[in-house]
Amino acid sequence: MQLDTDFMTRHIPDFVHAAGLSLSIGGIAILLSLSVACIYSAILFFQVPILKGFVRAHVEVARNTPLLIQLFFLYYGLPSIGIKLSSMTVVFIAMTFLGGGYFTEVFRSGLDAVTKTQAESGLALGLSRMQLFRYVIMPQAFRISIPALFANFIFLLKETTIVSAVAVPELLYTTTSYISLYYKTYEMLLMMTICYLIIFLPLSFLLSCIERRYQYGTHGH
Amino acid sequence: MTEALVKLQNLKKAFDKHTVLNGINLEVAKGEVVVILGPSGCGKSTLLRCINGLEIVQGGNIIFQGKDITSDKKSWQQVRQSIGMVFQSYHLFPHMTVMENILLGPLKVQKRSKAEATADAERLLDRVGLLSKKDAYPRQLSGGQQQRIAIVRALCMYPEVMLFDEVTAALDPEMVKEVLDVMLDLAKQGMTMLIVTHEMNFARAVADRIIFMDQGEIREMASPDEFFTNPQSERAQQFLNQFFEVETGKGRDGK
Amino acid sequence: MERTGIDLLIHSLPELGKGVVQTVLISLYTIIFSLAGGIMFGALRTSRLWWLRFLTRSYLELFRSIPILVWLFFFFFGLPIFFGINVPAFTSAVLVLSLWGISEIGEVVRGALQSLPKGQTEAGKSIGLNTFQLFRYVLLPQAVRRMIPPTISVFTRIIMTSSLTVLVGVTEMIKSGQQVIERNYTYGHAAIIIYGALFVFYFLICYPLSAYSRRLERRWTQ
Repeated sequence: MQLDTDFMTRHIPDFVHAAGLSLSIGGIAILLSLSVACIYSAILFFQVPILKGFVRAHVEVARNTPLLIQLFFLYYGLPSIGIKLSSMTVVFIAMTFLGGGYFTEVFRSGLDAVTKTQAESGLALGLSRMQLFRYVIMPQAFRISIPALFANFIFLLKETTIVSAVAVPELLYTTTSYISLYYKTYEMLLMMTICYLIIFLPLSFLLSCIERRYQYGTHGH
Repeated sequence: MTEALVKLQNLKKAFDKHTVLNGINLEVAKGEVVVILGPSGCGKSTLLRCINGLEIVQGGNIIFQGKDITSDKKSWQQVRQSIGMVFQSYHLFPHMTVMENILLGPLKVQKRSKAEATADAERLLDRVGLLSKKDAYPRQLSGGQQQRIAIVRALCMYPEVMLFDEVTAALDPEMVKEVLDVMLDLAKQGMTMLIVTHEMNFARAVADRIIFMDQGEIREMASPDEFFTNPQSERAQQFLNQFFEVETGKGRDGK
Repeated sequence: MERTGIDLLIHSLPELGKGVVQTVLISLYTIIFSLAGGIMFGALRTSRLWWLRFLTRSYLELFRSIPILVWLFFFFFGLPIFFGINVPAFTSAVLVLSLWGISEIGEVVRGALQSLPKGQTEAGKSIGLNTFQLFRYVLLPQAVRRMIPPTISVFTRIIMTSSLTVLVGVTEMIKSGQQVIERNYTYGHAAIIIYGALFVFYFLICYPLSAYSRRLERRWTQ
């Protein structure tokens, strides 16, 4: 079996472009999800009535349904009642829906992990509830959340592969469509694997370092 | 003197670059009770752990019943059945009852019959006054009770020698005595024992021989009377003075 | 309108049912293999032999780093041409999901084992237990409590991840749903009803599991 290296080098720019798209989708989805999660966490912490029920429901639905079905529902389901969204819009809605749910859960368990005695000693100093959150609880909770948060960033980045199912030309979609176009299976699989390893291996090692540094065992999503 | 039961020859142990044991030579005869004293960090606990193969030594030999067991991993497992060890924080298995804790070794390692081992365990439990607790879980027992169970767990394997690693250090003062009494009793019955402790009165009462260690070396080896009344090295005098000072700390007569 | 929607669901129930069975089977096989392999893998990860730790760590990083869908496609395209074997889509899907599940459950097992106090290992050794007996009687029984809640959430992730197998040609419940939609293309709302039903269905399977896992965790960490 001979690798068609010439074919591979010719298509490097395509793969770089596709990997770039994967990363930007992931990056934007992470930012959007973070903003959602921040608002949600505040709602949960301050026990805002009605809204907190909505937040809880969203978190549970996001964490207990596959991204693929969320995408299909939006992309193929909604048009049948006249709502047509572009594939990119669908991708960002679904990924923010998913990521927002997961990140909120991370923040929530971080907040839970800050001990009651901390809150009590803060209140004993005469801090208001807002000050307590701002100066005592949040800094500690954030620190505790870092490893799990980072693990969830990686999780969301990996989920970008699934958006290939709604014809977004990211890395996986590019690979599979080239395979069916040129029948260069070996070459394309090799290039795709290399791309993913370049992206994720360093992140995975970084995650291990962060976990070791913060010494909190709360891994994953 | 007959052939030593445990014989340590020039034992060396280091963690990274930090030397913990620096050439230990020691012979323990059958039936002898040796108490190892010394300031914390002198290597006395490490010495016990080496004798049970929990630490790997970097030099020297450990000879048990005339056999060199230093670096033979297979034989360690065999040997551990004959060397009982009791730890500072008991280390009972929390998911098993007292009886299950005691029977695990006899049944799974020694493959003894359940009836025989149970009878044995009950006899030993009775001896330490805890037969009524045989179906309790460790968390339902006090520290002193757990430690006595841990001693029974080791005894039930019929060890040739027992190692005690600061077994009263984690106990409340009122529970120390019940554990020490069990150990005294064992000594009277002729068990070979190596004991690391900070209980000076107990050491004096139970020991045939005292070993004083400092900075990974044996500094003194003497009978208890000799050691406590007339320690040879300055380091040992200082060490004993600490205990003496605590007892008469308020400037009154300690007794 | 609503009436016909329910009619559609009832009529397509047998066909959807077939897909549901496939989804359940894929998940079940994967869970069984992952559990058996994961316990061994997790125990090996705590080994004192450096080369064993290196091998298991590499395996873990490989499955952690490369997204599962990529693995699915890799086996889908790769198995026939690399090894010249044509494996049914179902088999290759279970294979990939299990290899991934082993790494996930292995990490749970490793974490639980390493959270046990070191004294337990020493006490076990000091009564002469060999390595297998040490795991079997002392370490695993204690680790089980810590393992169960995160293991259940791995199960829910396995079930959710099984949805991806539709993309490599397994006729599981999403595929059955798509077939129903295609055959009922004359009925305008078929897509939203079927996809909505699948959406709800996944939630109804996974939510009770993750709620149960959380309840156990809360009860046992007190």
